[in-house]
Amino acid sequence: MSAIVSVQNLRKAYAGGFEALKSINLDIEEGEILALLGPNGAGKTTLISTICGITVPTSGKITVGGFDTQTDFRATRSLIGLVPQEINLEPFETVMSSVSFSRGLFGKPRNDDYIMSILEQLSLADKKDSKIMTLSGGMKRRVLIAKALSHEPRVLFLDEPTAGVDVELRKDMWEVVAGLKASGVTIILTTHYIEEAEAIADRVGVINKGEILLIQDKADLMAQMGQKQLKIELAAPTDTIPKALETYDLTRSEDGQYLTYSYDTTGERTGITTLLGDLQKAGLQMKDIQTQQSSLEDIFVGLVKEET
Amino acid sequence: MNFNAVLTIYIFEMRRFFRTITQSLISPVLSTSLYFVVFGTAIGSRIQEVEGVSYGAFIVPGLIMLTVMTQATSNASFGIYFPKFIGTIYELLSAPVSFLEIVAGYVGAAATKAMFIGLIIFATSFFFVDITVAHPLAMIAFLTLTCISFALLGFIIGIWAGNFEQLQLIPLLVITPLVFLGGSFYSISMLSPVWQTITLFNPVVYLISGFRWSFFGTADVAIGVSLMAIALFTGLCLLFIWWIFRTGWRIRQ
Repeated sequence: MSAIVSVQNLRKAYAGGFEALKSINLDIEEGEILALLGPNGAGKTTLISTICGITVPTSGKITVGGFDTQTDFRATRSLIGLVPQEINLEPFETVMSSVSFSRGLFGKPRNDDYIMSILEQLSLADKKDSKIMTLSGGMKRRVLIAKALSHEPRVLFLDEPTAGVDVELRKDMWEVVAGLKASGVTIILTTHYIEEAEAIADRVGVINKGEILLIQDKADLMAQMGQKQLKIELAAPTDTIPKALETYDLTRSEDGQYLTYSYDTTGERTGITTLLGDLQKAGLQMKDIQTQQSSLEDIFVGLVKEET
Repeated sequence: MNFNAVLTIYIFEMRRFFRTITQSLISPVLSTSLYFVVFGTAIGSRIQEVEGVSYGAFIVPGLIMLTVMTQATSNASFGIYFPKFIGTIYELLSAPVSFLEIVAGYVGAAATKAMFIGLIIFATSFFFVDITVAHPLAMIAFLTLTCISFALLGFIIGIWAGNFEQLQLIPLLVITPLVFLGGSFYSISMLSPVWQTITLFNPVVYLISGFRWSFFGTADVAIGVSLMAIALFTGLCLLFIWWIFRTGWRIRQ
Protein backbone atom coordinates (compact mmCIF):
# COMPACT_ATOMS: atom_id res chain seq x y z
CA MET A 1 0.00 0.00 0.00
CA SER A 2 1.15 3.53 -0.69
CA ALA A 3 0.55 6.66 1.33
CA ILE A 4 -2.22 8.80 -0.10
CA VAL A 5 -1.61 11.55 2.45
CA SER A 6 1.88 12.29 3.63
CA VAL A 7 2.71 14.88 6.27
CA GLN A 8 6.34 15.79 6.86
CA ASN A 9 7.70 17.93 9.68
CA LEU A 10 4.49 19.90 9.84
CA ARG A 11 4.56 22.77 12.28
CA LYS A 12 1.85 25.30 12.98
CA ALA A 13 2.37 28.25 15.28
CA TYR A 14 -0.23 30.99 15.69
CA ALA A 15 0.52 34.68 15.82
CA GLY A 16 0.28 34.69 19.61
CA GLY A 17 3.13 32.17 19.74
CA PHE A 18 0.93 29.18 20.56
CA GLU A 19 2.32 26.09 18.88
CA ALA A 20 -0.67 24.01 17.82
CA LEU A 21 1.38 21.44 15.91
CA LYS A 22 5.01 20.53 16.61
CA SER A 23 6.76 18.70 13.82
CA ILE A 24 4.08 16.21 12.82
CA ASN A 25 5.05 13.27 10.62
CA LEU A 26 2.27 11.06 9.37
CA ASP A 27 1.61 8.75 6.43
CA ILE A 28 -1.95 7.71 5.71
CA GLU A 29 -2.36 4.60 3.61
CA GLU A 30 -4.88 4.42 0.81
CA GLY A 31 -8.07 2.65 1.85
CA GLU A 32 -7.49 2.59 5.59
CA ILE A 33 -9.47 4.05 8.44
CA LEU A 34 -7.19 6.02 10.70
CA ALA A 35 -8.50 7.26 14.02
CA LEU A 36 -6.75 10.20 15.62
CA LEU A 37 -7.34 10.15 19.33
CA GLY A 38 -6.60 13.00 21.61
CA PRO A 39 -8.02 15.18 24.33
CA ASN A 40 -9.61 18.56 23.57
CA GLY A 41 -7.09 21.05 22.25
CA ALA A 42 -4.60 18.36 21.28
CA GLY A 43 -4.28 19.68 17.72
CA LYS A 44 -6.54 17.21 15.92
CA THR A 45 -8.66 19.83 14.17
CA THR A 46 -5.64 21.99 13.35
CA LEU A 47 -3.96 19.02 11.71
CA ILE A 48 -7.02 18.27 9.59
CA SER A 49 -7.58 21.94 8.72
CA THR A 50 -3.99 22.25 7.57
CA ILE A 51 -4.20 19.22 5.32
CA CYS A 52 -7.48 20.53 3.86
CA GLY A 53 -6.10 24.00 3.21
CA ILE A 54 -8.16 25.96 5.73
CA THR A 55 -5.11 26.68 7.87
CA VAL A 56 -1.74 27.66 6.46
CA PRO A 57 1.20 25.65 7.83
CA THR A 58 4.10 27.52 9.43
CA SER A 59 6.57 25.02 8.01
CA GLY A 60 6.68 21.49 6.68
CA LYS A 61 5.23 19.72 3.69
CA ILE A 62 1.97 17.92 3.00
CA THR A 63 1.22 15.85 -0.07
CA VAL A 64 -2.12 14.34 -1.05
CA GLY A 65 -2.14 11.85 -3.90
CA GLY A 66 1.44 12.93 -4.60
CA PHE A 67 0.56 16.61 -5.00
CA ASP A 68 1.78 19.37 -2.72
CA THR A 69 -1.05 21.10 -0.82
CA GLN A 70 0.60 24.50 -1.20
CA THR A 71 1.70 24.53 -4.83
CA ASP A 72 -0.91 22.16 -6.26
CA PHE A 73 -3.83 23.10 -4.06
CA ARG A 74 -6.43 22.47 -6.76
CA ALA A 75 -5.30 18.88 -7.21
CA THR A 76 -5.05 18.08 -3.51
CA ARG A 77 -8.30 19.72 -2.46
CA SER A 78 -10.21 17.94 -5.25
CA LEU A 79 -9.17 14.64 -3.68
CA ILE A 80 -10.35 15.57 -0.19
CA GLY A 81 -13.75 15.73 1.43
CA LEU A 82 -14.09 17.36 4.83
CA VAL A 83 -16.80 16.89 7.42
CA PRO A 84 -16.29 19.61 10.02
CA GLN A 85 -16.85 19.21 13.71
CA GLU A 86 -19.47 21.95 13.98
CA ILE A 87 -22.74 21.68 12.12
CA ASN A 88 -22.15 24.50 9.66
CA LEU A 89 -25.00 24.57 7.17
CA GLU A 90 -27.15 27.13 5.38
CA PRO A 91 -30.43 26.79 7.29
CA PHE A 92 -32.70 28.01 4.49
CA GLU A 93 -31.34 25.78 1.75
CA THR A 94 -32.75 22.39 0.85
CA VAL A 95 -30.63 19.28 1.29
CA MET A 96 -30.38 18.80 -2.47
CA SER A 97 -29.30 22.35 -3.24
CA SER A 98 -26.78 22.42 -0.42
CA VAL A 99 -25.16 19.17 -1.55
CA SER A 100 -25.23 20.23 -5.21
CA PHE A 101 -23.58 23.52 -4.25
CA SER A 102 -20.67 21.61 -2.72
CA ARG A 103 -20.24 19.55 -5.84
CA GLY A 104 -20.19 22.63 -8.05
CA LEU A 105 -17.78 24.42 -5.76
CA PHE A 106 -15.32 21.58 -6.21
CA GLY A 107 -15.55 22.05 -9.96
CA LYS A 108 -17.59 19.00 -10.83
CA PRO A 109 -20.39 19.24 -13.38
CA ARG A 110 -23.90 18.82 -12.06
CA ASN A 111 -24.93 15.20 -11.56
CA ASP A 112 -28.23 14.74 -9.75
CA ASP A 113 -28.14 10.95 -10.06
CA TYR A 114 -24.85 10.79 -8.24
CA ILE A 115 -26.06 13.14 -5.50
CA MET A 116 -29.20 11.02 -5.10
CA SER A 117 -27.10 7.88 -4.72
CA ILE A 118 -25.16 9.54 -1.87
CA LEU A 119 -28.37 10.71 -0.22
CA GLU A 120 -29.72 7.17 -0.44
CA GLN A 121 -26.55 5.74 1.05
CA LEU A 122 -26.95 8.15 3.96
CA SER A 123 -30.71 7.56 4.31
CA LEU A 124 -31.41 11.15 3.33
CA ALA A 125 -33.19 10.51 0.03
CA ASP A 126 -36.66 11.32 1.37
CA LYS A 127 -35.35 14.57 2.85
CA LYS A 128 -33.86 15.91 -0.36
CA ASP A 129 -36.35 18.76 -0.68
CA SER A 130 -36.51 19.55 3.04
CA LYS A 131 -34.98 22.74 4.32
CA ILE A 132 -31.94 22.04 6.44
CA MET A 133 -33.34 23.92 9.43
CA THR A 134 -36.16 21.39 9.68
CA LEU A 135 -33.78 18.42 10.07
CA SER A 136 -32.68 16.77 13.30
CA GLY A 137 -29.08 17.04 14.51
CA GLY A 138 -28.22 13.55 13.29
CA MET A 139 -29.69 14.28 9.86
CA LYS A 140 -27.70 17.50 9.62
CA ARG A 141 -24.52 15.59 10.31
CA ARG A 142 -25.41 13.27 7.47
CA VAL A 143 -25.95 16.27 5.21
CA LEU A 144 -22.42 17.40 6.07
CA ILE A 145 -21.13 13.97 5.07
CA ALA A 146 -23.14 14.10 1.85
CA LYS A 147 -21.64 17.49 1.05
CA ALA A 148 -18.15 16.18 1.69
CA LEU A 149 -18.79 13.20 -0.60
CA SER A 150 -20.52 15.20 -3.34
CA HIS A 151 -17.37 15.66 -5.42
CA GLU A 152 -16.28 12.02 -5.25
CA PRO A 153 -13.23 12.47 -3.01
CA ARG A 154 -10.70 9.71 -2.38
CA VAL A 155 -9.91 10.87 1.14
CA LEU A 156 -12.52 11.77 3.69
CA PHE A 157 -11.79 13.65 6.90
CA LEU A 158 -14.36 13.31 9.66
CA ASP A 159 -13.72 15.71 12.48
CA GLU A 160 -15.42 14.23 15.53
CA PRO A 161 -18.32 12.79 13.56
CA THR A 162 -20.10 11.52 16.65
CA ALA A 163 -19.53 14.34 19.12
CA GLY A 164 -22.80 15.00 20.88
CA VAL A 165 -24.57 12.20 19.04
CA ASP A 166 -26.60 9.62 20.95
CA VAL A 167 -25.47 6.01 21.20
CA GLU A 168 -27.81 4.63 18.59
CA LEU A 169 -26.92 7.30 16.06
CA ARG A 170 -23.25 6.73 16.76
CA LYS A 171 -23.59 3.09 15.81
CA ASP A 172 -25.41 4.24 12.67
CA MET A 173 -22.53 6.53 11.85
CA TRP A 174 -20.05 3.69 12.26
CA GLU A 175 -22.03 1.71 9.74
CA VAL A 176 -21.93 4.62 7.34
CA VAL A 177 -18.16 4.84 7.78
CA ALA A 178 -17.77 1.10 7.21
CA GLY A 179 -19.84 1.45 4.03
CA LEU A 180 -17.62 4.27 2.81
CA LYS A 181 -14.49 2.26 3.47
CA ALA A 182 -15.97 -0.59 1.46
CA SER A 183 -16.43 1.81 -1.45
CA GLY A 184 -12.69 2.50 -1.37
CA VAL A 185 -12.55 5.85 0.41
CA THR A 186 -9.67 6.48 2.78
CA ILE A 187 -11.03 7.78 6.07
CA ILE A 188 -9.37 9.82 8.76
CA LEU A 189 -11.48 10.53 11.77
CA THR A 190 -10.76 12.34 14.95
CA THR A 191 -12.48 11.41 18.12
CA HIS A 192 -12.10 11.49 21.81
CA TYR A 193 -14.28 8.44 22.22
CA ILE A 194 -11.86 5.59 22.59
CA GLU A 195 -14.53 3.02 21.92
CA GLU A 196 -15.07 4.64 18.54
CA ALA A 197 -11.47 4.12 17.49
CA GLU A 198 -11.59 0.62 18.90
CA ALA A 199 -14.74 -0.19 16.96
CA ILE A 200 -13.94 1.09 13.48
CA ALA A 201 -10.31 2.04 12.97
CA ASP A 202 -7.58 0.05 11.24
CA ARG A 203 -4.88 2.20 12.74
CA VAL A 204 -4.88 4.46 15.73
CA GLY A 205 -2.85 7.59 16.27
CA VAL A 206 -2.65 9.32 19.61
CA ILE A 207 -2.08 13.04 19.49
CA ASN A 208 -1.56 15.37 22.42
CA LYS A 209 -0.23 18.93 22.72
CA GLY A 210 0.53 19.10 19.00
CA GLU A 211 2.55 15.91 18.87
CA ILE A 212 1.79 12.44 17.62
CA LEU A 213 2.69 10.22 20.54
CA LEU A 214 2.02 6.99 18.79
CA ILE A 215 0.64 5.62 15.57
CA GLN A 216 0.07 1.94 15.18
CA ASP A 217 -2.08 -0.81 13.83
CA LYS A 218 -4.98 -1.08 16.23
CA ALA A 219 -4.71 -4.83 16.77
CA ASP A 220 -0.91 -4.65 17.19
CA LEU A 221 -1.27 -1.80 19.58
CA MET A 222 -3.74 -3.58 21.72
CA ALA A 223 -1.77 -6.81 21.64
CA GLN A 224 1.52 -5.09 22.32
CA MET A 225 0.42 -2.86 25.08
CA GLY A 226 -2.53 -4.93 26.15
CA GLN A 227 -1.64 -6.85 29.24
CA LYS A 228 -4.08 -9.49 30.22
CA GLN A 229 -4.90 -10.33 33.76
CA LEU A 230 -6.18 -13.50 35.29
CA LYS A 231 -8.10 -12.94 38.49
CA ILE A 232 -8.43 -15.97 40.69
CA GLU A 233 -10.96 -16.06 43.48
CA LEU A 234 -9.97 -18.47 46.19
CA ALA A 235 -12.34 -20.65 48.15
CA ALA A 236 -10.62 -19.54 51.33
CA PRO A 237 -8.44 -16.46 51.82
CA THR A 238 -4.71 -16.92 52.03
CA ASP A 239 -2.30 -14.91 54.17
CA THR A 240 0.70 -15.22 51.92
CA ILE A 241 1.56 -16.27 48.44
CA PRO A 242 2.96 -19.82 48.83
CA LYS A 243 6.69 -20.18 48.18
CA ALA A 244 6.08 -22.57 45.28
CA LEU A 245 4.27 -19.79 43.44
CA GLU A 246 6.84 -17.06 43.94
CA THR A 247 8.18 -17.39 40.40
CA TYR A 248 4.84 -16.19 39.04
CA ASP A 249 3.92 -12.53 38.73
CA LEU A 250 1.19 -12.73 41.32
CA THR A 251 -0.38 -10.11 43.51
CA ARG A 252 -2.55 -10.85 46.48
CA SER A 253 -5.59 -8.75 47.30
CA GLU A 254 -5.67 -7.20 50.74
CA ASP A 255 -8.25 -9.58 52.11
CA GLY A 256 -6.35 -12.53 50.63
CA GLN A 257 -9.43 -13.60 48.71
CA TYR A 258 -8.03 -12.90 45.26
CA LEU A 259 -4.79 -13.57 43.41
CA THR A 260 -4.10 -11.65 40.22
CA TYR A 261 -1.75 -12.98 37.59
CA SER A 262 -0.52 -10.63 34.84
CA TYR A 263 0.67 -12.06 31.55
CA ASP A 264 1.41 -11.03 28.03
CA THR A 265 -0.97 -12.29 25.37
CA THR A 266 1.70 -12.01 22.69
CA GLY A 267 4.16 -14.25 24.58
CA GLU A 268 4.71 -17.81 23.39
CA ARG A 269 3.50 -19.23 26.64
CA THR A 270 1.12 -17.51 28.93
CA GLY A 271 1.98 -19.77 31.83
CA ILE A 272 -1.64 -20.18 32.80
CA THR A 273 -1.73 -23.95 32.64
CA THR A 274 1.31 -24.45 34.84
CA LEU A 275 0.10 -21.75 37.24
CA LEU A 276 -3.23 -23.47 37.69
CA GLY A 277 -1.45 -26.79 38.26
CA ASP A 278 0.92 -25.26 40.78
CA LEU A 279 -1.96 -23.56 42.60
CA GLN A 280 -3.57 -26.91 43.15
CA LYS A 281 -0.26 -28.44 44.26
CA ALA A 282 0.14 -25.61 46.76
CA GLY A 283 -3.24 -26.59 48.19
CA LEU A 284 -5.16 -23.49 47.16
CA GLN A 285 -8.76 -24.14 46.17
CA MET A 286 -10.17 -21.97 43.40
CA LYS A 287 -13.73 -20.69 43.53
CA ASP A 288 -13.80 -18.71 40.30
CA ILE A 289 -11.49 -17.30 37.66
CA GLN A 290 -11.87 -14.44 35.19
CA THR A 291 -9.64 -12.65 32.69
CA GLN A 292 -9.43 -8.93 31.90
CA GLN A 293 -7.80 -7.25 28.93
CA SER A 294 -6.73 -3.63 29.06
CA SER A 295 -8.76 -1.53 26.63
CA LEU A 296 -7.54 1.17 24.28
CA GLU A 297 -8.78 3.58 26.90
CA ASP A 298 -6.26 2.30 29.46
CA ILE A 299 -3.50 2.63 26.87
CA PHE A 300 -4.62 6.09 25.89
CA VAL A 301 -4.95 7.37 29.42
CA GLY A 302 -1.55 5.90 30.21
CA LEU A 303 0.07 7.65 27.23
CA VAL A 304 -1.50 11.04 27.79
CA LYS A 305 -0.73 10.89 31.49
CA GLU A 306 2.89 10.05 30.82
CA GLU A 307 3.09 13.19 28.71
CA THR A 308 1.82 15.58 31.33
CA MET B 1 -9.85 28.17 -13.82
CA ASN B 2 -12.71 26.52 -11.93
CA PHE B 3 -15.66 27.93 -13.91
CA ASN B 4 -18.06 25.50 -12.34
CA ALA B 5 -17.28 26.97 -8.94
CA VAL B 6 -17.78 30.56 -10.12
CA LEU B 7 -21.10 29.63 -11.68
CA THR B 8 -22.14 27.64 -8.61
CA ILE B 9 -21.49 30.55 -6.25
CA TYR B 10 -23.15 32.98 -8.66
CA ILE B 11 -26.30 30.90 -9.06
CA PHE B 12 -26.45 30.16 -5.33
CA GLU B 13 -26.34 33.88 -4.51
CA MET B 14 -28.82 34.81 -7.23
CA ARG B 15 -31.22 32.20 -5.91
CA ARG B 16 -31.15 33.91 -2.54
CA PHE B 17 -32.05 37.15 -4.30
CA PHE B 18 -34.99 35.63 -6.12
CA ARG B 19 -36.16 33.78 -3.03
CA THR B 20 -36.55 37.10 -1.27
CA ILE B 21 -37.68 38.91 -4.40
CA THR B 22 -40.39 40.95 -2.68
CA GLN B 23 -38.00 42.34 -0.13
CA SER B 24 -35.24 42.62 -2.73
CA LEU B 25 -37.26 44.70 -5.17
CA ILE B 26 -40.22 46.29 -3.46
CA SER B 27 -38.27 48.20 -0.83
CA PRO B 28 -35.86 50.00 -3.21
CA VAL B 29 -38.69 50.73 -5.64
CA LEU B 30 -40.86 52.07 -2.85
CA SER B 31 -38.16 54.24 -1.31
CA THR B 32 -37.20 55.61 -4.72
CA SER B 33 -40.83 56.48 -5.44
CA LEU B 34 -40.90 58.33 -2.12
CA TYR B 35 -37.81 60.29 -3.14
CA PHE B 36 -39.55 61.25 -6.38
CA VAL B 37 -42.63 62.34 -4.55
CA VAL B 38 -40.74 64.38 -1.95
CA PHE B 39 -37.82 65.78 -3.94
CA GLY B 40 -39.21 65.68 -7.45
CA THR B 41 -42.76 66.79 -6.88
CA ALA B 42 -42.91 68.69 -3.59
CA ILE B 43 -39.53 70.41 -3.64
CA GLY B 44 -39.00 70.20 -7.41
CA SER B 45 -42.05 72.32 -8.03
CA ARG B 46 -40.15 75.21 -6.42
CA ILE B 47 -36.90 74.56 -8.26
CA GLN B 48 -37.46 75.09 -11.94
CA GLU B 49 -34.36 73.75 -13.64
CA VAL B 50 -30.83 72.64 -12.84
CA GLU B 51 -28.32 72.97 -15.67
CA GLY B 52 -31.16 73.15 -18.16
CA VAL B 53 -32.85 69.97 -16.96
CA SER B 54 -36.08 69.80 -14.96
CA TYR B 55 -35.29 69.04 -11.32
CA GLY B 56 -37.36 65.85 -11.32
CA ALA B 57 -35.32 64.46 -14.21
CA PHE B 58 -32.08 65.83 -12.77
CA ILE B 59 -32.27 63.67 -9.66
CA VAL B 60 -32.93 60.41 -11.57
CA PRO B 61 -29.23 59.52 -12.14
CA GLY B 62 -28.41 60.44 -8.55
CA LEU B 63 -31.24 58.31 -7.21
CA ILE B 64 -30.20 55.33 -9.30
CA MET B 65 -26.60 55.75 -8.13
CA LEU B 66 -27.66 56.07 -4.49
CA THR B 67 -29.58 52.82 -4.62
CA VAL B 68 -27.08 50.93 -6.75
CA MET B 69 -24.15 51.83 -4.51
CA THR B 70 -25.89 50.85 -1.29
CA GLN B 71 -27.36 47.68 -2.82
CA ALA B 72 -24.09 46.52 -4.37
CA THR B 73 -22.27 47.12 -1.10
CA SER B 74 -24.82 45.50 1.18
CA ASN B 75 -25.46 42.51 -1.09
CA ALA B 76 -21.78 41.70 -1.48
CA SER B 77 -20.93 42.27 2.16
CA PHE B 78 -23.81 40.10 3.33
CA GLY B 79 -23.01 37.44 0.70
CA ILE B 80 -19.54 36.76 2.06
CA TYR B 81 -20.25 37.64 5.69
CA PHE B 82 -23.09 35.13 6.03
CA PRO B 83 -20.92 32.03 5.33
CA LYS B 84 -18.44 33.43 7.82
CA PHE B 85 -21.18 33.94 10.38
CA ILE B 86 -22.77 30.50 10.08
CA GLY B 87 -19.45 28.74 9.52
CA THR B 88 -20.01 27.43 5.99
CA ILE B 89 -16.92 29.35 4.88
CA TYR B 90 -14.90 26.20 5.68
CA GLU B 91 -16.20 24.82 2.43
CA LEU B 92 -14.99 27.77 0.36
CA LEU B 93 -11.58 27.59 2.02
CA SER B 94 -11.15 23.86 1.48
CA ALA B 95 -12.44 23.88 -2.11
CA PRO B 96 -10.15 23.98 -5.13
CA VAL B 97 -10.96 27.61 -5.87
CA SER B 98 -8.73 30.65 -6.14
CA PHE B 99 -9.49 34.07 -4.69
CA LEU B 100 -10.37 35.32 -8.14
CA GLU B 101 -13.06 32.68 -8.51
CA ILE B 102 -14.58 33.36 -5.11
CA VAL B 103 -14.62 37.10 -5.80
CA ALA B 104 -16.02 36.61 -9.31
CA GLY B 105 -18.88 34.53 -7.93
CA TYR B 106 -19.87 36.73 -4.99
CA VAL B 107 -19.13 40.12 -6.52
CA GLY B 108 -20.65 39.11 -9.85
CA ALA B 109 -23.90 38.12 -8.14
CA ALA B 110 -24.02 41.23 -5.95
CA ALA B 111 -23.31 43.49 -8.93
CA THR B 112 -26.00 41.77 -10.98
CA LYS B 113 -28.56 42.26 -8.22
CA ALA B 114 -27.65 45.93 -7.86
CA MET B 115 -27.78 46.41 -11.63
CA PHE B 116 -31.18 44.75 -11.74
CA ILE B 117 -32.51 47.06 -9.03
CA GLY B 118 -30.93 50.09 -10.73
CA LEU B 119 -32.70 49.30 -13.97
CA ILE B 120 -36.01 48.77 -12.16
CA ILE B 121 -35.65 52.21 -10.58
CA PHE B 122 -34.83 53.66 -13.97
CA ALA B 123 -38.01 52.11 -15.30
CA THR B 124 -39.98 53.42 -12.29
CA SER B 125 -38.77 56.96 -12.96
CA PHE B 126 -40.66 56.99 -16.26
CA PHE B 127 -43.86 57.08 -14.23
CA PHE B 128 -42.80 60.36 -12.64
CA VAL B 129 -40.74 62.34 -15.12
CA ASP B 130 -39.91 62.65 -18.81
CA ILE B 131 -36.40 61.45 -19.29
CA THR B 132 -34.13 60.73 -22.21
CA VAL B 133 -30.67 59.18 -22.17
CA ALA B 134 -28.09 61.02 -24.29
CA HIS B 135 -25.43 58.29 -24.22
CA PRO B 136 -27.11 54.92 -23.50
CA LEU B 137 -23.93 52.86 -23.89
CA ALA B 138 -22.00 55.11 -21.55
CA MET B 139 -24.88 54.95 -19.10
CA ILE B 140 -24.81 51.14 -19.04
CA ALA B 141 -21.03 51.16 -18.78
CA PHE B 142 -21.05 53.58 -15.83
CA LEU B 143 -23.79 51.64 -14.12
CA THR B 144 -21.93 48.35 -14.58
CA LEU B 145 -18.65 49.74 -13.32
CA THR B 146 -20.33 51.29 -10.30
CA CYS B 147 -22.10 48.04 -9.47
CA ILE B 148 -18.87 46.06 -9.71
CA SER B 149 -16.68 48.49 -7.81
CA PHE B 150 -19.10 48.91 -4.93
CA ALA B 151 -19.70 45.17 -4.79
CA LEU B 152 -15.92 44.80 -4.44
CA LEU B 153 -16.02 47.31 -1.60
CA GLY B 154 -18.89 45.38 -0.02
CA PHE B 155 -16.90 42.16 -0.30
CA ILE B 156 -14.06 43.78 1.63
CA ILE B 157 -16.49 45.00 4.30
CA GLY B 158 -17.98 41.51 4.58
CA ILE B 159 -14.56 39.97 5.11
CA TRP B 160 -13.61 42.64 7.62
CA ALA B 161 -16.83 42.64 9.64
CA GLY B 162 -16.79 40.68 12.87
CA ASN B 163 -20.49 41.10 13.60
CA PHE B 164 -23.69 42.34 12.03
CA GLU B 165 -23.25 45.79 13.52
CA GLN B 166 -19.93 46.29 11.77
CA LEU B 167 -21.51 45.02 8.59
CA GLN B 168 -23.92 47.96 8.65
CA LEU B 169 -21.43 50.46 9.96
CA ILE B 170 -19.50 51.46 6.83
CA PRO B 171 -22.50 51.66 4.51
CA LEU B 172 -24.29 53.76 7.11
CA LEU B 173 -21.45 55.99 8.25
CA VAL B 174 -19.43 56.34 5.06
CA ILE B 175 -21.29 55.46 1.91
CA THR B 176 -24.66 57.05 2.57
CA PRO B 177 -23.18 60.47 3.57
CA LEU B 178 -20.76 60.42 0.65
CA VAL B 179 -23.54 59.64 -1.79
CA PHE B 180 -25.89 62.28 -0.35
CA LEU B 181 -23.13 64.89 -0.36
CA GLY B 182 -21.86 63.72 -3.72
CA GLY B 183 -24.41 65.65 -5.71
CA SER B 184 -27.21 63.10 -5.96
CA PHE B 185 -29.82 65.78 -5.48
CA TYR B 186 -28.01 68.94 -6.52
CA SER B 187 -25.36 70.24 -8.87
CA ILE B 188 -22.01 71.07 -7.35
CA SER B 189 -22.15 74.42 -9.10
CA MET B 190 -24.98 75.34 -6.71
CA LEU B 191 -22.49 75.30 -3.81
CA SER B 192 -20.20 78.10 -2.64
CA PRO B 193 -16.62 77.92 -4.05
CA VAL B 194 -15.18 76.61 -0.76
CA TRP B 195 -17.66 73.78 -0.56
CA GLN B 196 -17.16 73.04 -4.24
CA THR B 197 -13.46 72.44 -3.55
CA ILE B 198 -14.18 70.29 -0.49
CA THR B 199 -16.75 68.28 -2.44
CA LEU B 200 -14.14 67.37 -5.04
CA PHE B 201 -12.46 65.17 -2.42
CA ASN B 202 -15.57 63.02 -2.35
CA PRO B 203 -14.97 60.16 -4.80
CA VAL B 204 -18.68 59.61 -5.30
CA VAL B 205 -18.95 63.02 -6.98
CA TYR B 206 -17.06 61.69 -9.98
CA LEU B 207 -19.28 58.67 -10.32
CA ILE B 208 -22.54 60.60 -10.09
CA SER B 209 -21.25 63.33 -12.36
CA GLY B 210 -20.17 60.85 -15.02
CA PHE B 211 -23.42 58.96 -14.77
CA ARG B 212 -25.40 62.16 -15.07
CA TRP B 213 -23.38 63.11 -18.13
CA SER B 214 -24.53 59.92 -19.82
CA PHE B 215 -28.13 61.11 -19.33
CA PHE B 216 -27.96 64.82 -20.08
CA GLY B 217 -24.60 65.44 -21.71
CA THR B 218 -23.57 67.89 -18.99
CA ALA B 219 -21.40 67.17 -15.99
CA ASP B 220 -19.85 68.76 -12.90
CA VAL B 221 -16.43 67.31 -13.67
CA ALA B 222 -14.89 66.23 -16.97
CA ILE B 223 -16.02 62.80 -18.11
CA GLY B 224 -12.44 61.58 -18.49
CA VAL B 225 -11.76 62.42 -14.85
CA SER B 226 -14.90 60.53 -13.84
CA LEU B 227 -13.77 57.45 -15.72
CA MET B 228 -10.33 57.61 -14.20
CA ALA B 229 -11.81 57.98 -10.72
CA ILE B 230 -13.97 54.90 -11.05
CA ALA B 231 -11.14 52.89 -12.59
CA LEU B 232 -8.87 53.91 -9.73
CA PHE B 233 -11.49 52.96 -7.14
CA THR B 234 -12.05 49.55 -8.76
CA GLY B 235 -8.31 48.99 -8.96
CA LEU B 236 -7.81 49.82 -5.28
CA CYS B 237 -10.58 47.46 -4.21
CA LEU B 238 -9.12 44.65 -6.33
CA LEU B 239 -5.68 45.25 -4.92
CA PHE B 240 -6.99 45.13 -1.37
CA ILE B 241 -8.90 41.91 -2.05
CA TRP B 242 -5.83 40.35 -3.60
CA TRP B 243 -3.92 41.25 -0.45
CA ILE B 244 -6.69 39.77 1.74
CA PHE B 245 -6.43 36.41 0.04
CA ARG B 246 -2.67 36.44 -0.11
CA THR B 247 -2.34 37.03 3.62
CA GLY B 248 -5.52 35.24 4.68
CA TRP B 249 -6.55 38.37 6.60
CA ARG B 250 -9.65 37.66 8.69
CA ILE B 251 -10.37 34.38 6.92
CA ARG B 252 -7.46 31.93 6.77
CA GLN B 253 -5.11 31.66 9.72
